[in-house]
Amino acid sequence: MSTIRGRIIIIALLLLGSIWKLVPTHVTQRVPDQLTGRMKDTSIRRVPINLGLDLQGGIHLALEVDQSKGPVADCADAIRRAERVVRTRVDEFGTTEPVVQVVGQCRLVVELAGEKDPTRAKQIVMQTAYLEFRITDMKNQFRDALPAIDGALRQAGVKAPAGSQVSAVSQLFGQDTTKKGAEKDTTPDASAPGALSALLFQGQLPGEFLVPDVQVSRAESLLARPEVQAAMPRGLELRWGTATVVRDARAYRPLYAVENRAIITGEELTKASARRDQLNNHSVVIFDLSRRGSRKFCEETGRHVKDYMAIILDSRVQGQPPIINDQICGTGQIDLQSKPLTEAQDLALVLRAGALPAPLQIVEERTIGPSLGSDSIHDGIRAGVVGVVLVILIMVIYYRLSGVLAISALSLYVLMTLAGLSMFGFTLTLPGLAGLVLSVGIAVDANVLIFERIREELQHGKTVRLAVDEGFKHAMSAIIDSNVSTALTAFILYLVGTGPVQGFAITLIIGIAASMVTAIFVVRTFYFIWLRRRPDMQTLSV
Amino acid sequence: MIRLFANANYDFIKWRRWAYGLTAAVIVPGTILLAAKGLNYSIEFTGGTLLQVETKQAVPTGELRAALDQAGIHGTEIETFGADTAYLIRARIGAGAATPGGGTEETATAVQQALTTRLGSDSAYKIVRYEAVGPKVGKELQGKAFLAILFSFVVTLIYLAIRFEWRFGLAAVLATFHDILTTIAFVRYTNLEVSLVVVGAVLTMVGYSLNDTIIIFDRVRENLRKFRRQNLHEILNLSINETLPRSILTHGTTMAATLALVVFGGEVIRPFALVMTFAIFTGTFSSIYIAAPVLLYIEKRWPGQDARGARAFSGRASVAPATPAPAVPAPPTSGGGRPKAAV
Repeated sequence: MSTIRGRIIIIALLLLGSIWKLVPTHVTQRVPDQLTGRMKDTSIRRVPINLGLDLQGGIHLALEVDQSKGPVADCADAIRRAERVVRTRVDEFGTTEPVVQVVGQCRLVVELAGEKDPTRAKQIVMQTAYLEFRITDMKNQFRDALPAIDGALRQAGVKAPAGSQVSAVSQLFGQDTTKKGAEKDTTPDASAPGALSALLFQGQLPGEFLVPDVQVSRAESLLARPEVQAAMPRGLELRWGTATVVRDARAYRPLYAVENRAIITGEELTKASARRDQLNNHSVVIFDLSRRGSRKFCEETGRHVKDYMAIILDSRVQGQPPIINDQICGTGQIDLQSKPLTEAQDLALVLRAGALPAPLQIVEERTIGPSLGSDSIHDGIRAGVVGVVLVILIMVIYYRLSGVLAISALSLYVLMTLAGLSMFGFTLTLPGLAGLVLSVGIAVDANVLIFERIREELQHGKTVRLAVDEGFKHAMSAIIDSNVSTALTAFILYLVGTGPVQGFAITLIIGIAASMVTAIFVVRTFYFIWLRRRPDMQTLSV
Repeated sequence: MIRLFANANYDFIKWRRWAYGLTAAVIVPGTILLAAKGLNYSIEFTGGTLLQVETKQAVPTGELRAALDQAGIHGTEIETFGADTAYLIRARIGAGAATPGGGTEETATAVQQALTTRLGSDSAYKIVRYEAVGPKVGKELQGKAFLAILFSFVVTLIYLAIRFEWRFGLAAVLATFHDILTTIAFVRYTNLEVSLVVVGAVLTMVGYSLNDTIIIFDRVRENLRKFRRQNLHEILNLSINETLPRSILTHGTTMAATLALVVFGGEVIRPFALVMTFAIFTGTFSSIYIAAPVLLYIEKRWPGQDARGARAFSGRASVAPATPAPAVPAPPTSGGGRPKAAV
């Protein structure tokens, strides 16, 4: 008796859990504003199942090569190569069945289904993700060259902003007066603060400088001048940092002088994953290097022990360059400090997918309707309803009361499958629905196997109770073997396949699991209850 | 109580050579045709022309699709673009547009004519721009899908070798492979557009067919244990006959669902539904006429320990009752023998 109660409780929990997962909730969605034709974010109530581009529509992004940061000679080639990288990234981001296609010559169209976080998705698509490791200016060559740069600027007629404080660098390193004195002779107003050095404060490590946040744009324009470029020490380049540093309640942006030669680039990366560092609660990205890359990295870091190594992503230095304590081989990590873990995950993703051949910019963004068209979806729903009604009719006419039990178990099956899709956040698409149709077929099949077996046992003259027991027992091996092998097939499809194939496989796996639970467990329980209520039953409605 | 094909006793295996002939008649010309002409890939695989169209008044996407279909531009994708009156159309004319950039002008003109016919005048709509568009799905998808099927065959072989015996696994995989060949031949004959959904249908078919084969093999396994005197030929026939009511009912139910999709599903779902309907047919056929006879052949060629294909279960031979049992359960005497079911 208690086993029946236990079974009923489990079934009730499954039912309630499934319904709870499918109760319409408020979902933020980007929809076009009817008045302005632009997009706005609205919150609507709907069943929380992600629908794919084909069923629901989504955002449409048109990307072109960003020529503002330097001309790209062959944009068609760049776009073709970018297509592969972007597709890998979007696939890995978990958007099922995105559209990534080349339009015309130099344009890439990316369509994403009802993305919950469009900003993040756009970032993933656009980030160039060019990773490199460089040693910072250990010999302070840039600092030593600063007076010469200031001089060059002065000759070009650029003066330090009026009233600016005396050069922070020369202030901090006053012992360099000998050099300063020598220069004083050549230029009469050398005692005036240098145009560039006035903006720079020496940081904590060699090659690190701090620029007040308000002066960053001025420093950038100065650094871009040809005189400064010409006066830069050979083999050195400047790179801005990402993080803002606060000293004495003032915000500074770090600027690093680094070697212009990367000891290694992201091309040598084979794996990257994100995690949270338990010690300092920082988000970090851990990466593995290819065999060639790790040999090179080993060698270079061995030569640069006690030097600082800047981790540069898309020309920005990530965090403060760490010191190389010992030879680093095979693996390494990028510390993102207190940034959220999602950012580390995104970075790991784009690093895995590889760098874009050229920076991209979004030239158009619009909301699109379902790619199947509302007409096709309408037809599909109608056909699905007709199909389900036919299945119900056949089952009930052929198996009568048992058929009714099977159908009620089947409705729990459909609820559980949809709840499973909702719970794991999978996206339902038309190929996915195809998987669902098949799993409904398999779910019916499990019941048919059991019922036919019970009929056979009854035919062999067994009592009702015994026939039901034997029927379930004998049908079990067929149900398990056929379902497990189909699930294994689906699992392989998931592992090897891409986008659409994976979507199909996921729906099939969830469907098979739910089908086995309903056929073996739920229908069995129904029979238990039925047989307990009518213990003297001589005949069975099957 | 309705019982279809209960206690059937057909000699299925006897007809195996006819079945081989029939299936060869489907596969061989299909393969030749495939080699000669290839498959008719949809715009998702080939690319085509992307048109941005704006209309004065909102037109349902179904109407636009119908207009283009009438003009002979099939398999288009139409989605609303930002507003109700703006549409993004992906279309292509024939298979000639397979080369990127080729046929863009022609497609644009054809779409323009179709729209003018439908909407009355040139002024009711505007083609904002048209451009060649590359494939949505890289060709690597097909390769990966086939690779995935190949890997899944290996896993199925291993699983069935553990649960049954390697002979069963090989027969099941060969039957499923046969189904892939017939389904591709079917797609070639009907000249269906191979879209992602059709690829999905083929994958679905692999699962379905395998499922069906294993149900019959499960019964074969059981009967081999139960009836030690019968040879494999008889066991196979017995098992197929015993599972016949289940086969009829399951396939009937599933086919009712897919036929509903064929009739009511509309243009976009129809290719999927047609392939699925055929898949159910070929899956059932192959379980009976490919999987079982191939198992018989394998057993003849590489006999198991007791030369019956029951090597895996020979360990239990001494335990199993050796009573001679009829190959087919005795037909019930009318009246008392069979328990009556509730009315």
